Amino acid sequence: MSAIISLSNIEKYYGEYHALRDINLEIAEGEFFSLLGPSGCGKTTLLRVIAGFETVSSGAVMIGGANMAHVPANKRPTNMVFQSYAIFPHLDVAQNVGFGLRRSSMSAAEKEAAVTDALKMVGLDGFGNRAAHALSGGQRQRVALARALVLQPKVLLLDEPLSALDKKMREQMQTELRRLQRQVGITFILVTHDQEEALIMSDRIAVMFEGQIAQLASPQELYRRPNTRRVGEFIGVMNFLEARQVGEVPDGVELEIEGLGRIDVTSAQMPEGARALADVIGLRPEALSLVYEGQPAPVHSVDAEVLDRAYYGDMTYYDMKLQGCSTPVTLSMKNLMSRQVLEPGQTARVAWEPGSLVLFASD
Amino acid sequence: MAAYDTIEARRGWLLVSPTALFVLLLLAAPLATVVSFSFFTQDFLTVDYTPTLNNYREAFTDPIYRVLMLRSLWISGLVTAVTVILAFPIAYFVSFHVAPERKALWIFLITIPFWTSYLLRVFLWKVILGFNGVLNSSLLGIGLIDEPLTFILYNSNAVVITLAHAFAPFTILPIYVALEKIDRSLLEASQDLGESKVSTFFRVTLPLAMPGVVAAVLIVFIPTIGDYVTPRLVGGPNGLMIANMIQTQFLKLNNAPMGATLAVLAMCAVTIISLIFLFFNRRYLR
Repeated sequence: MSAIISLSNIEKYYGEYHALRDINLEIAEGEFFSLLGPSGCGKTTLLRVIAGFETVSSGAVMIGGANMAHVPANKRPTNMVFQSYAIFPHLDVAQNVGFGLRRSSMSAAEKEAAVTDALKMVGLDGFGNRAAHALSGGQRQRVALARALVLQPKVLLLDEPLSALDKKMREQMQTELRRLQRQVGITFILVTHDQEEALIMSDRIAVMFEGQIAQLASPQELYRRPNTRRVGEFIGVMNFLEARQVGEVPDGVELEIEGLGRIDVTSAQMPEGARALADVIGLRPEALSLVYEGQPAPVHSVDAEVLDRAYYGDMTYYDMKLQGCSTPVTLSMKNLMSRQVLEPGQTARVAWEPGSLVLFASD
Repeated sequence: MAAYDTIEARRGWLLVSPTALFVLLLLAAPLATVVSFSFFTQDFLTVDYTPTLNNYREAFTDPIYRVLMLRSLWISGLVTAVTVILAFPIAYFVSFHVAPERKALWIFLITIPFWTSYLLRVFLWKVILGFNGVLNSSLLGIGLIDEPLTFILYNSNAVVITLAHAFAPFTILPIYVALEKIDRSLLEASQDLGESKVSTFFRVTLPLAMPGVVAAVLIVFIPTIGDYVTPRLVGGPNGLMIANMIQTQFLKLNNAPMGATLAVLAMCAVTIISLIFLFFNRRYLR
């Protein structure tokens, strides 16, 4: 697959404020790409740079092989779904969707057909004559989508499109956006602060902090192998325990981990190109589990006390104090009918999975 | 609608009732008097109260009234057009190009003409536009003209200039408010969908600002028809308007019924033109 968007050495300053720092990014054709980060990390700025609403202080933006330096937003082969949806209030649904077709060479009948098709594609068949103000949040979003897709852009930019929707609607739209993307085959670039949304929808994710790309990886790799503690913290839940290297073993090192004891890790688990390991390891809640009475205790297990628990229905998250460890850890258990939900104060044996240890390179 | 019949609505009525009462007494009652007077006739020193359409007949046949009425409508229309066209860029500039924290200051500055009385401002224009006025002496001084311009005072041009200046703040404010209400992402969306800045203005900004423009047009057009101070002071003989004739009928010719008739006709003309204007702009006002 060839790169449809290529950003090189992008820098953006607002006065003194350094909004984007040395962004280098290639986004492939047909990819569902996400820019993920907390608010103020520069993800929206980067999207607006691609759309042409912001100029860069230095660096090059290439779309479809063409340099976009002097191409204004209205001439770029990108279309955007705005966070507020930006539905024109003085136009009805069909006029909104057909807004960008004015300059196209299509005949009036073709334009009408294109609008109808676009509305059908987003599930708003027959809504053409609705006034813009008579739409619900989800419908407005669909209109915004249809309005952008009807122009068949090379790249569709989505600026936090789901943040204004309620949970159920959001989940439904996540699946639907994914389906739409596969159907039209256009590159989607999604800006979001919701890590779950990014994991569910994307082919690749760029995690951004303070105007920099912290990690660029597939959802699985990002979750399994965050390259810094900060990324691990941002994506899902992660426990961090102090660790130090105590020895070398064939094809790996021996670590002493706070509360968990000594363990050998293989070089396959080590972060790529790391010269030394950080003094902390990461462990996801699902890599820890309770050992119920009657079950044989696995080799890698420690005694622990329940500090608190959060019951989610399908899962229970426990805050546990491991024996000999000052840092509380979070573990998650599936709520099978046969499993008792432990109360704070109860003690239990906690097993952990050495293969799921996440190691970080020291800075 | 059922929604109107709520405590909220009743509270609303309570809130407006003092004003409503005031308006009823000081607007509706005099208006009714004027309308009824228009059907009476002046019989030298007394008023003949037998209802008749004679005044209206006279108003439509005597060319002096027609000339004055048409001139009034023309001047008002011109004042409205000039004011709104000049006000729009100012409102646009304040709304789009002034930093948010300075907008209040700008709006405040725009209201400065109100600090002096209306009459004073009209007199000032006399000073500016006069034969030996500021404008003429400046233009003579820099050698742009050889003799003073005479078409700028004591005719309808002077009336238009003076009224346009007087009403400018009234038009800037509603247009500014309408522009402020426009979600800026709509303008970006339009550009994102392929429109240039100019076509975005005509396809998005202007339609969305139309409620403000319509309000501005009505705010200028309706009162200027009835203005008689400005034409009296700067209009000269050819700049007089229908309101001057109404004043003359009431105060100089002692013919209140004829004055009332002309007043009613002027009101009708304004109402009809305003309604036609609203009808053509109805799609912007939903």
